[in-house]
Amino acid sequence: MKHRWLLIHSLGVYVFLYGPILLLAALSFNRSPIGATWTGLTFNWYAKLFSDADIIDAAQRSLLIAAGATAVASVLGTAAALALSRPGTRGRGPTAGLLYLPIIVPEIVTGCALLTFFSVWRWELSLWTVGLAHISFSVSYVAIVVRARLAGIDRTLEDAAQDLGASPRAAFWRVTFPMILPGVVAGALLVFTVSIDDYVITSFVAGPASTTLPLRIASMVKTGLTPEVNAVSTLLLGLTMILVLVAQRLLRGPGEGSHI
Amino acid sequence: MDIAIDIRAVTKRFGEVTAPVTAVDNVSLSIGRGEFFSLLGPSGCGKTTLLRMLAGLEHPTSGSILLDGREMAGVPPHLRPVNLVFQHYALFPHLNVAKNVAFGLRYQGVARRDENARVAEALELVRLGGLENRRPDQLSGGQKQRVALARALVLKPKVLLLDEPLGALDQKLRKEMQVELKALQKRLGITFVFVTHDQDEALTMSDRIAVMNAGRVEQADAAATVFERPRTLFVAGFLGAANLIDGFIVRPEKLSLRLESAPEGGAFLSLPVTVEDRVYQGINTIWTVRLDDGKRLTICQQNTEPFDVHAGAAGEKRHVWWDKRHAVYLDEKGLDAG
Amino acid sequence: MGKTRSRSQRKGDRGTMLLLPTWLVLGGLLLLPLLILLGTSFHPPDDVGNPQAISNWSQFFHSGDWAHNYVQSVRPIYLRVAWRSLWLAAITTGLCLLIGYPVSFYIALIAPQRRKNLLLALAVIPFWTSFLIRISAWRIILQDRGALNALLLHLHLIYEPLRLMDTPLAVLIGLVYGELPFMILPVYASLEKLDRTLLEASSDLGASGRGTFWRVVWPLSMPGVAAGCVLVFIPGIGQFIVSDLLGGSRTMLLGNLVQNQYTSGRDKPLGAAIALELTAAVLAMLIAYAIAAKRRGMEVAL
Repeated sequence: MKHRWLLIHSLGVYVFLYGPILLLAALSFNRSPIGATWTGLTFNWYAKLFSDADIIDAAQRSLLIAAGATAVASVLGTAAALALSRPGTRGRGPTAGLLYLPIIVPEIVTGCALLTFFSVWRWELSLWTVGLAHISFSVSYVAIVVRARLAGIDRTLEDAAQDLGASPRAAFWRVTFPMILPGVVAGALLVFTVSIDDYVITSFVAGPASTTLPLRIASMVKTGLTPEVNAVSTLLLGLTMILVLVAQRLLRGPGEGSHI
Repeated sequence: MDIAIDIRAVTKRFGEVTAPVTAVDNVSLSIGRGEFFSLLGPSGCGKTTLLRMLAGLEHPTSGSILLDGREMAGVPPHLRPVNLVFQHYALFPHLNVAKNVAFGLRYQGVARRDENARVAEALELVRLGGLENRRPDQLSGGQKQRVALARALVLKPKVLLLDEPLGALDQKLRKEMQVELKALQKRLGITFVFVTHDQDEALTMSDRIAVMNAGRVEQADAAATVFERPRTLFVAGFLGAANLIDGFIVRPEKLSLRLESAPEGGAFLSLPVTVEDRVYQGINTIWTVRLDDGKRLTICQQNTEPFDVHAGAAGEKRHVWWDKRHAVYLDEKGLDAG
Repeated sequence: MGKTRSRSQRKGDRGTMLLLPTWLVLGGLLLLPLLILLGTSFHPPDDVGNPQAISNWSQFFHSGDWAHNYVQSVRPIYLRVAWRSLWLAAITTGLCLLIGYPVSFYIALIAPQRRKNLLLALAVIPFWTSFLIRISAWRIILQDRGALNALLLHLHLIYEPLRLMDTPLAVLIGLVYGELPFMILPVYASLEKLDRTLLEASSDLGASGRGTFWRVVWPLSMPGVAAGCVLVFIPGIGQFIVSDLLGGSRTMLLGNLVQNQYTSGRDKPLGAAIALELTAAVLAMLIAYAIAAKRRGMEVAL
C-alpha cells in the first residue's frame, strides 16, 4: 500500500494518545498496589471506592456543582448564541470577545482572579464559590457550540412560520428551538464533563470543605498512597468519554455536524 | 491516419463487488495526430472517465491505452506526455498567473531564467499577456480558463485533453472561445481530445466525434457524418431531433407540410397527417402532427414566407413531405439502441 | 408621532435583551475579577501574603511603590521561569507539528470517507476528558518504578531505572501529549478543504507525489498550521498541571510560579502581577496572529 508509513505513524500516534489511558485502566484491576507489573486481576480497588467516604463525598459535590453550573450555563449560553446570531443585536463584537475570554485567559489567571474576587467580597470559599467559578467558564462553551449549530440552520424558516400565523415566540419554540436542541444538549453534556473534570480553577476557589473529585484525585496522586486512585480515575474517564461520545453523536445529527 | 492515441477495449468499473458501476464499457477508439476529437454524450455516459484514463488519473479495469504506440498502463500522470485542462480550471490559488503557468516547466528541465520567456509566450497564445501578476481570485471565468489552457500548452504536450472547459462560461463567451480554441488547435497542430455534452459545440469544433451513451461508443465518425448519417436512434436524437418513421429517421427540419400529397415516383415521399399543435419561434415554426397510426412527428420549418401561408390549425389535415435522400435507415441494432 | 421601531429593529432589541443576563454574569464573574486582580497587583503584600490596604495614597503613587510587584517580577529567577515556559512551549509546538501533521494528512487525504469522522473523533475525544487524570497516567509510566522503566528493564535495554520524572523531558512529553489534538484538528480542517483537483492538476503537470506535497499541499495548509501552532503555543506557556504533576519543583513553569505565590510563597500581589503579565503576553500574541492572518486574507480558523 502506497502510504504505509503514514498509516503506521498515525497508528503510533493513536497508541500514544490512548496508551496511558488504557494502562491506567488496566492497572486499576492490578492486584499490586504499586509499580506497573501485573500481579493478578482484582476488583478490590473498585470495591474500596464505595467505602471511601472522602471519595464519595467529593464525587457528590462534583456532580452537584456540575449539574448546577450546566443548568445555568445552558440557559445563558443558548440565549447568548441566539442573540449573537441575530443581525440587529447591539454589542455583538464585545460579547463575542467576552465569551472567548475564558478560553484565551490561562486557567491559572482566572483562578487567581476569582480567588481574589471572592476574598475582596469576603465570601467564604465553599461549593457556591466553586459553582460560580464553573459557570464563568461554562457559558462560553455552550454559546460556541450552539452558535455553530445555529450557523447551519436556515433562519428564514422562522419567518416562514410567522408568515403562516405563528407569533414570534411560537415560531421560535416550534421551529428554531427544536432544531438547535441537539446542539444545546450537546453543549450541556460537554460543559458537564468540563465541570466535573475541572482542576486548576477549582483548586483556587474551593474551600477545605468543598473538595471536588478532581481535587481529591490530585491529592491521592501526589501522595501516591491510595491505589484506589486508578480505579476512580478510570471510572471518571469512562463516564466523561461516554458523555462526550453522546455529545458528538448529537452534533453530527442531520446533515453537517460541527466538530468541536 | 497517423494514430496518436489508441484506446483498446477499455473498460472501467467502479464500486464495491456488490454494486459495481460500469462507467466505460469496452470502448475502442483511434484518435489521429493533429485531430480535434470530441467525446460527446449526456452526463454519466463515461466521457469524462475515459478522458481521465487518458490522463492517468484513473486506471482501466481492463483493456489498454497507447499513446504514440507506447503502452500507458502503470505510467503515472506526471510522466505522461499529455496535459489536462480541468473543468473548473484547478488553478493554484496561492500562486499568481505566471507561477501557475510556469508550474510544470521545471519538470521538463527548463531553467528558471528561461521560464519567464516560455510563460510570456504561452500567455500570448491565449491572449492574456500582461496578467502575469494577477492571482486566480482576481480573474474572470474566461480569464481563468485561458490561464488553465496556457498552463497546459506551455508544456508543449503532444495531446491536450479538455474536460468540458467551456461549461461555466456564458453563451456569448462560449461561442467566442469555441472559435478561438479551434483556431488555436489548427495553429499548433496538437491533438485535442475534447469532452462536452453540448452537441452544437462538438459539431462546431470537431474533426471527428465519438458519441457515447451509458459507457459505450455509439458512433465515432467525422462530425458531418455523425449528424447526417446517424447509425443509431440515440445518436440521431442526441445531435438534433429525429423523427422515427417505420424503420428510418428524418430530421424535423427536413420535413415540410403541404396541402397535397407528393407525386408518385418523384424525389419526395409523403404521408397524411393531422395537425395537432403549432409554436411560432421567430425564425422557425415548430409543428406537431400525428400520423394515421397515432405516431407523432415534429416538423421544424423556417419562416421564410409570411406566417399565414403555412397556416394549419389544429385538427386540419395536411401531408408531410421529405426528400428520399434525407431518410436515414437504421439497422436492427441501431433501432434498438437508444 | 413617536418613532415606531421596524421589525428588524425589534428583533435587534430582543437580541440585546437576551444578552443582558450573559453580560451580568460573565461581566461579574470574569471582567470584574480580572480588574480586581489588576488592582491587587499594585498592592504590597502583608504578612500572610494578601494585598495590603493602602494608607497613604499619594505617597504610594509618588514613591513608585505601586510598581513594586512588577519590578519584582522581572528578577532573574522569575525570568528564568518565563524563559523556560516559552522554550518548552516552543519545542512542544514544533513536536506537535511534526507528529500531528502526518496524522491530519492521513485522515484528510488518505483515509476512506467513512472512516474520517471516526478517526477524527478518536483524536479529539481524549481532549475532552480530564487533563489531570491523563497526565497522572504518565506518572505511572515515567516513574522510577513505572511502566516504561519496567519494560526497558525487562527487555534488558537498561540496567538501572531511568530518571524521567521531575525533568523537563517529562514536562515536554506531558505537554505534547496534552496538546496534540489542538494541532491535529485545525491542520485537518484546512487539508480537508483542499480542492482535490489541484492535486490532480499538479500531478498532470509533472509533479511527483513529493513535489505535489511541497508545492501545493503544504502552502495551502498554512492557515491550518498557523492556527494549530497558536492553539498549542499559547496554552502551552500558561500550563500548570503538567509541570505540577510531572515536573516537580525543579521544572517550574509560569503557571506553577503563580500558584506558588498564592500558597507557600505568600505573595499574592506578586502572583497577580505575574499572572497578568502572562495574560498580557497571551493577548498580545493572539492579536498579532489575528492581524497577520487578516492581512494575508487567511481566515482566522480559531
